[in-house]
Amino acid sequence: MAFVEKKLPADAPVVDKALNWVDSRFPLTKLWNDQWGKYYAPKNFNFWYIFGSLAMLVLVIQIVTGIFLVMHYKPDATLAFASVEYIMRDVPWGWLVRYMHSTGASAFFIVVYLHMARAFMYGSYRKPRELIWLFGFAIFLCLMAEAFFGYLLPWGQMSYWGAQVIVNLFGAIPFIGPDLSLWIRGDYVVSDATLNRFFSFHVIAIPLVLLGLVMAHLIALHEVGSNNPDGIEIKENLGPDGHPLDGVPSHPYYTFHDIFGVTVFLTLFSAVIFFAPEMGGYFLEYNNFIPADSLKTPPHIAPTWYFTPFYSILRATTSEFLFVIQAGIAAYVGLIFLTTKLPQMIKFAIAGAALLAIAGMMPGALDAKFWGVVLFGGSVVILAFLPWIDLSPVKSIRYRPDWHKLVYIVFAITFVTLGYLGVQPPSPIRERISQVCAIIYFSFFLLMPWWSAMGTFKPVPKRVTFTPH
Amino acid sequence: MSNEKQVDSGRRGLLVATCAAGGVAGLATAGALVSTFQPSERAKAAGAPVEVDISALKPGEMTTVEWRGKPVWILKRTPEMLSSLAKTEDKVADPESKKPYTMELPEYCDKQTRSRKEHGDLLIAVGICSHLGCSPGSKFQPGPQPSLPDDWQGGFLCPCHGSTFDLAGRVYKNKPAPQNLDVPRHMFLSDTKIIIGKDEKGEA
Repeated sequence: MAFVEKKLPADAPVVDKALNWVDSRFPLTKLWNDQWGKYYAPKNFNFWYIFGSLAMLVLVIQIVTGIFLVMHYKPDATLAFASVEYIMRDVPWGWLVRYMHSTGASAFFIVVYLHMARAFMYGSYRKPRELIWLFGFAIFLCLMAEAFFGYLLPWGQMSYWGAQVIVNLFGAIPFIGPDLSLWIRGDYVVSDATLNRFFSFHVIAIPLVLLGLVMAHLIALHEVGSNNPDGIEIKENLGPDGHPLDGVPSHPYYTFHDIFGVTVFLTLFSAVIFFAPEMGGYFLEYNNFIPADSLKTPPHIAPTWYFTPFYSILRATTSEFLFVIQAGIAAYVGLIFLTTKLPQMIKFAIAGAALLAIAGMMPGALDAKFWGVVLFGGSVVILAFLPWIDLSPVKSIRYRPDWHKLVYIVFAITFVTLGYLGVQPPSPIRERISQVCAIIYFSFFLLMPWWSAMGTFKPVPKRVTFTPH
Repeated sequence: MSNEKQVDSGRRGLLVATCAAGGVAGLATAGALVSTFQPSERAKAAGAPVEVDISALKPGEMTTVEWRGKPVWILKRTPEMLSSLAKTEDKVADPESKKPYTMELPEYCDKQTRSRKEHGDLLIAVGICSHLGCSPGSKFQPGPQPSLPDDWQGGFLCPCHGSTFDLAGRVYKNKPAPQNLDVPRHMFLSDTKIIIGKDEKGEA
């Protein structure tokens, strides 16, 4: 097909002519309209719908501040700690850039956890948004990797021993484990080789993957359209212009809505940067102001707060607790056999896998350390299955039976409790509580196919709940 | 006559062969990149035995030296400390060190004191917890205290996941750590001088 350029009148503004020249060669206007300008979003968004935009903002903050930090940081075990202090003390405004980056890391997780909580409440992961959820899940994994690799870079005591613990997690895998952790470290202990490769992952490898995933997440979202607090598909009610009756174009409506949210966020963000950048030892742990010492673990080590819910599950897995898990698995298989209509083949496959797991947890088989790592990984990965284990006939919590709200509240409390216990030093009582919480955590997901379909659901309205204001 | 063309099997064969050859080259390159992650020759070369002078070490005191980048503890145990090992015998998971962590208990070491028989008071152990590699802290004071059981006999507590070890580096039952602390091969050059990472049989 021959190249045809749209002809504009001779007296058209230069800007229009320039845009027309570009649009004939690159779909600039089309991209803008598809992705934001004429993207019709439900008009009943509430407070919870700000966190997607905020996550994007924090991503930009992290990338920009990161670029400037790399200009002064030295990824060398003998120089790294001092170079961070150099940024803090000698580089003009270096402290601000560094605090923006370190506070940004925690802010990222706060925003992303709230963003995920929104998806839980309004069923945003349900059909047809499964891929949006999976891309988002992959982004969450990347963020965790990014935070973990980045935390080694200041080469403080927490950096060092945190990396030591996490790398050794891989050592728990039978047969290949010890060699695998050696391969990750590149040395027999966490050392300069480890620091250099973590630096490479932190500044280039993971960010590239992350950006790609964010694009996929947004393209998928703008393809199927946003969910909303009522869990109704607004595309089912189109107006004469072909646009959803319950939708408004993102620009200008959500542009200005989000700018307001950004203002509030930046106010809080700045308050933390200027008045509490360490956040009482939660955003920047005090032990990390001591240079890494390979001979001495600090008396109390804990990961940064955003990892602690999963870390608590790791810590809860003792050899005693394995008996409880064995009983749990047996009961779960029983439940599947008695109450589901799955094909016989699948039922027996599940039973076989369960039998292997139970045998593997026997004393003298695979030890508790390995199963701790399995549960730790499983507690994260189980999130990916959400679109297929939630069988509720409605998406939004608004039209679910009231007791479902209670289930979500119990889950939220469990998650926060696990997080709290993860920053505390271990003790017998706390170990028991974290074990109970671990059971609740896994039951929430594993029993979801049953409980999510139980109860009396409320009628879902045809149109979204919205009062003009 | 339709637009569908006959597949030229000769060309198709060449296409497959080209893809296969390209794939092999791609895999080989990926293999090279993955291999760069292994410990370098320099990292492998570092690991010489270390000599330690223990003449200044008093009973009940511990000193830490670095060997292969890891902390090695040298603890001179008092008679009371040594007698506590009989009381912990049935509380530890593996009293005879049958399941080693990264190195076997040297055959010249006693099962209970885990030290050379002629120097039974001197515990030499790699201070790296067999759970996830933290370095446990010293809790030599017996009796009840935070994070420890009330009948504590003195030993080591790992700050990361709460594993406890007795004064011979043996892990208590039902703790995250699966194995006892490693005892490296070592020997006495004189009564006050030891070498870690080397014994009568040569380097460990």
